[in-house]
Amino acid sequence: MSQASHQWPLWEVFVRSKNGLAHKHSGSLHAPDAEMALKNARDVYTRRSEGVSIWVVPSSSITASSPDEKDPLFAPSDDKVYRHPTFYDIPDEVGHM
Amino acid sequence: MKWDTCDPKTAYVLHLADDALILGQRLAEWCGHGPILEQDIALTNISLDLIGLARQYYQYAAELMGEGCTENDLAYHRDSRAFMNHLICEQPNGHWGDTLARQFYFDTFHFFQLEALAQSSDERLRHIAAKAIKETSYHAQYSAEWIIRLGDGTEESHAKIAQSLRHFAPFAHEFFVASEVDRAAAEADFGPKVSDLSSSWEEKVNAILQLATLDPVDLGFPKKGGKAGLHSEHHGYLLAEMQSLARAYPDASW
Repeated sequence: MSQASHQWPLWEVFVRSKNGLAHKHSGSLHAPDAEMALKNARDVYTRRSEGVSIWVVPSSSITASSPDEKDPLFAPSDDKVYRHPTFYDIPDEVGHM
Repeated sequence: MKWDTCDPKTAYVLHLADDALILGQRLAEWCGHGPILEQDIALTNISLDLIGLARQYYQYAAELMGEGCTENDLAYHRDSRAFMNHLICEQPNGHWGDTLARQFYFDTFHFFQLEALAQSSDERLRHIAAKAIKETSYHAQYSAEWIIRLGDGTEESHAKIAQSLRHFAPFAHEFFVASEVDRAAAEADFGPKVSDLSSSWEEKVNAILQLATLDPVDLGFPKKGGKAGLHSEHHGYLLAEMQSLARAYPDASW
């Protein structure tokens, strides 16, 4: 634990690659505070013009589902194919969905 | 090649190029040695930006010189006395605070210098400056953020960054003491009058220092000479490392 207390907090980085698209999780990084986390994210995750917008979120603020709950959470939808809009043709003009 | 007899514009472009290359090379020494991965990447990104900028200037200088001169000749086959970078650019990295203090002073100057160059009478310089000012604003923000965090951090970080800032202040003074090359550039209006940049620089630097709970900058007696080719002993070692490959294998190519 003493090791951990010397580490900067962990941040999750979300990058929007272009306007109109959603922010997508790119990875994580260590930074002393939010402002620095943004700057580090810019350097680590957008060096090759990957993004137009960045979000950083303290990893500790994320509540994750537990792998043990996988079946109760997700299995029930496996046999409900009618929930997928796969029976429709999406016109090209719609763009990103 | 006769580096010492080039015309005032070429000399000025070389001076701009040398600042970017020498500081870029210094920052590159952090590659693989940063305190944590994210900061290692941040500094090497800045290093690459500066070396990219140096290339644009050297390519322009090589065109101005003609006679088949190339950017590689200018970067790798000139000796210390022919380099016209500010002394601050060649100073050793020291510890993290030293590197960031040096960077903070330089980035802030560099920003105002590019802002002025964007109004240059020379079209090519205007073009290069307009492009470089974007990345330089980022460099300046990054180094300023660090000054604030170190100054307003722990008692130890405050004392160390205050010492680093004091150490580099007389070197920063050289920015605003015109060399012959600066004077010729200002007269022909392709470069700024450097003394005109000092008030914006001091204002910006002091605003950041105040946020960082640090004392205002005291430039002291200038440590100068770099712009006239009179360098500190560190310069020779830097060139020896940077130029060794190009000099051992003059025709080497990628």
